[in-house]
Amino acid sequence: MGSSITQQIFQQLVNGLSLGSIYALIALGYTMVYGIVKLINFAHGDVMMVGAYSGWFAITVLHWSFLPALLFSMVACALLGVVIERIAYKPLRNASRIAALITAIGVSLFLEYGGMLLVTAQVRTYPPVFPETMYSIHGVIFKYGDIVMLLTSVILMALLHFTVQYTKMGKAMRAVSFDKDAALLMGINTNNIISFTFAIGSALAAAAGVLMGVYFNTIDPLMGMIPGLKAFVAAVLGGIGIIPGAMVGGLMLGLIESIVSGLGASTWRDAVAFLILILVLIIKPSGLFGKNVREKV
Amino acid sequence: MRNWFNRQNIVSLLGIVLLYGVIQGLIVLDIMPPFYKLTLIQICIYIILATSLNLINGITGQFSIGHAGFMAIGAYISAIVTAIQHGPLALGLLAGAIAAALAGLLVGLPTLRLNGDYLAIATLGFGEIVRIIFLNTDYVGGAAGFTLPSTITWTWAFGLMAVSVVLMKNFVGSTHGRACISIRENEIAAESMGVNTTKYKVIAFTMGAFFAGLAGGIYANYFYIIQPMTFNFILSFNILVMIVLGGLGSMTGGILGAIVMTLASALLAGVPEWRNVITAVLLVLMMIFRPTGIMGTKEFSLNFLGKKSEKNAASKN
Amino acid sequence: MPLLKIDNLSKSFGGLKAVSNLNIEINEGELIGLIGPNGAGKTTVFNLLTGVYDKTEGKMEFQDKNISGLKPYQVTQRGMARTFQNIRLFSDLTVIDNVKIAYHQRTSYSLVSTLFRLPSYYSGEEEMQHKAMELLKIFNLEDKAEETAKNLPYGEQRRLEIARALGTEPKLLLLDEPAAGMNPQETHDLMNLIRWIREQFKLTILLIEHDMSLVMGVCERIYVLDYGMIIAQGTPSEIKNNPKVIEAYLGEEVV
Repeated sequence: MGSSITQQIFQQLVNGLSLGSIYALIALGYTMVYGIVKLINFAHGDVMMVGAYSGWFAITVLHWSFLPALLFSMVACALLGVVIERIAYKPLRNASRIAALITAIGVSLFLEYGGMLLVTAQVRTYPPVFPETMYSIHGVIFKYGDIVMLLTSVILMALLHFTVQYTKMGKAMRAVSFDKDAALLMGINTNNIISFTFAIGSALAAAAGVLMGVYFNTIDPLMGMIPGLKAFVAAVLGGIGIIPGAMVGGLMLGLIESIVSGLGASTWRDAVAFLILILVLIIKPSGLFGKNVREKV
Repeated sequence: MRNWFNRQNIVSLLGIVLLYGVIQGLIVLDIMPPFYKLTLIQICIYIILATSLNLINGITGQFSIGHAGFMAIGAYISAIVTAIQHGPLALGLLAGAIAAALAGLLVGLPTLRLNGDYLAIATLGFGEIVRIIFLNTDYVGGAAGFTLPSTITWTWAFGLMAVSVVLMKNFVGSTHGRACISIRENEIAAESMGVNTTKYKVIAFTMGAFFAGLAGGIYANYFYIIQPMTFNFILSFNILVMIVLGGLGSMTGGILGAIVMTLASALLAGVPEWRNVITAVLLVLMMIFRPTGIMGTKEFSLNFLGKKSEKNAASKN
Repeated sequence: MPLLKIDNLSKSFGGLKAVSNLNIEINEGELIGLIGPNGAGKTTVFNLLTGVYDKTEGKMEFQDKNISGLKPYQVTQRGMARTFQNIRLFSDLTVIDNVKIAYHQRTSYSLVSTLFRLPSYYSGEEEMQHKAMELLKIFNLEDKAEETAKNLPYGEQRRLEIARALGTEPKLLLLDEPAAGMNPQETHDLMNLIRWIREQFKLTILLIEHDMSLVMGVCERIYVLDYGMIIAQGTPSEIKNNPKVIEAYLGEEVV
């Protein structure tokens, strides 16, 4: 089983998809929140961090297995997301978007450094939750963990898709994102819908946090910063506010990063992600799936 | 009154000289402990950073959060000139500021047509790219950074700060500054009043970058060491907090914010986590209860001492 | 030689034709009305003229020069100024600063003299202050020069917006529903004001309006727009009796 070029390429593809599915999960929360309240929720990456810690707590302290730990962290973060929205963002719903953005930055700093006060800056090791089993198909190696991760992401995204497309809540969400005032007039409780959106987005971020802990083995209070920003890049890449866009954007970004790493330029990985961000914003700010809109004069 | 020799300017000049004299006196007479000298120079650096970011965010209304990137360029270029090439300090500072301004021009031209949060996120990305470039450049020491002699004195720092603030204030109180303000107020109306909005956004952005670069140069040539980590986006956020606290669009508010925040962080230096948590809570509370900051868009001035000239010339001071 | 010549102008948004085959000619000194039911494309015409939108087809000539493709600020520099249907003042600035911004394009002191406060800065600012104050006097706003624009009552905000447009020293003034939201007395005063500034500033005016009494009372010629097309043109009395216009526009009100 010599490692040929094709094998290498496929290996990077597998790695890229694993990483990309995490980005996609985080990006979904960004994009849903943006779609509904037009806010870049800077704190979203830090919610993911809280999710990672909740999962870590459930696994190491409560000795739960992967799935209950995952659910526990999702529920915890859903609550956190709702609380953040009610306390920090709701009072600013009619303020300027810049005020909201600054608030989001504030919440982000609060979670990062508040987290540091609570659990110290020390890096924690995630316990191995999956067997070290590896499968090799034509020389391309799949770790057991990779497969669980991809599966988890796919199942969650499918659930989300179902929720948004076919449930009453999902329809109401789409209505609010389309026209908040009209939705209100149709008797939709927009406050509940917004809370619901934050809950779902934060739960997905929590899942991503647990997966991230499993994937990289270590967690720390500032772990949410860079992945959070990159998930935002993914959301912009796919077209912010568009749910399938976030999924595709996340996967694409994961692939691009693993290709850059595969070419031996891993220290430039983050720069490439941000460069893509700037290029997308300049060339097609509405993203791959978006439509251009302009202000009415 | 057809030249600068009027009461308003003389009052300002006297104020600056007096402020310098008092602090210099405290230093010479050994009343001020050396620790505060470091804080003083930090205050000068942050005043330049806050004022220059205010020019972009508060005055022109273009939301940039990549200021640390411009500061990094100024710091590194000036350090290369003074420490590696052994050039004079003034040349180093100038080179750093010009390099930052060029970067501002380069980034500003394509990105400034983005609005609101898109611009914010693009500038944030730019700041990170700059940091990663220095991180990967062995010539400047990569992640470890490099050391250089500390040649900036308190007098240099104060002088550069005073000159920067006066130049930026002059800009704001002119027809060019008003053109920038009109963009913040209503971009479509500004354009229909004959204001070349793209040009003025780029001018404000480039000028802001220039002074951020200058601040970076002062930083590099004072603190012995520069590292890419210093210029991460937390630094950009900190500068943002200063101008938000002081009042977006108020030059004096930005100065006030820089002083308050630098002093607060010096006082809380022993507990850095608390410092950041307090910053965060402050930011959120501020946005909810007083989004206009301490000063709003108003300016604090000594003009009540020279009331007569106030209505003349620059009425928007 | 017309001051403004619009030739076969069309604009589509996606598949929707907002303006099609528009022909308008305006001579120097005229006061022209552009009327039509809601959504007829009136404001789109203004946006095309001032460079906010790019035309799909056709030609626009102002003072014998092609103006299509120009940016809004360039159109203003050529001597065309406008007001907006929904007032767009610089609402946090003082009344006089609003007007000074309009004089910006005619002020020539440089960035260097700004930064270093050279004499040309002081003379330039003084001249602007003087001109802006003169303009405010004409509009009876000089007592409010230092007030914040958003604190003015509605009618004065409308007046300030017109004053500000005049600050750009235009040849052609485009007014987009200047009487919107005004009571009959205010509308009447506005009518006199429009007539008066035309004489005073030797202006040509193109006016979009909903208020029929204003248009009929003040305009010399009227174009009627419906579904993006000119369906009639002529003097107010001709328009009043034109069956097409009655059907398309007045119909609802007359019947």
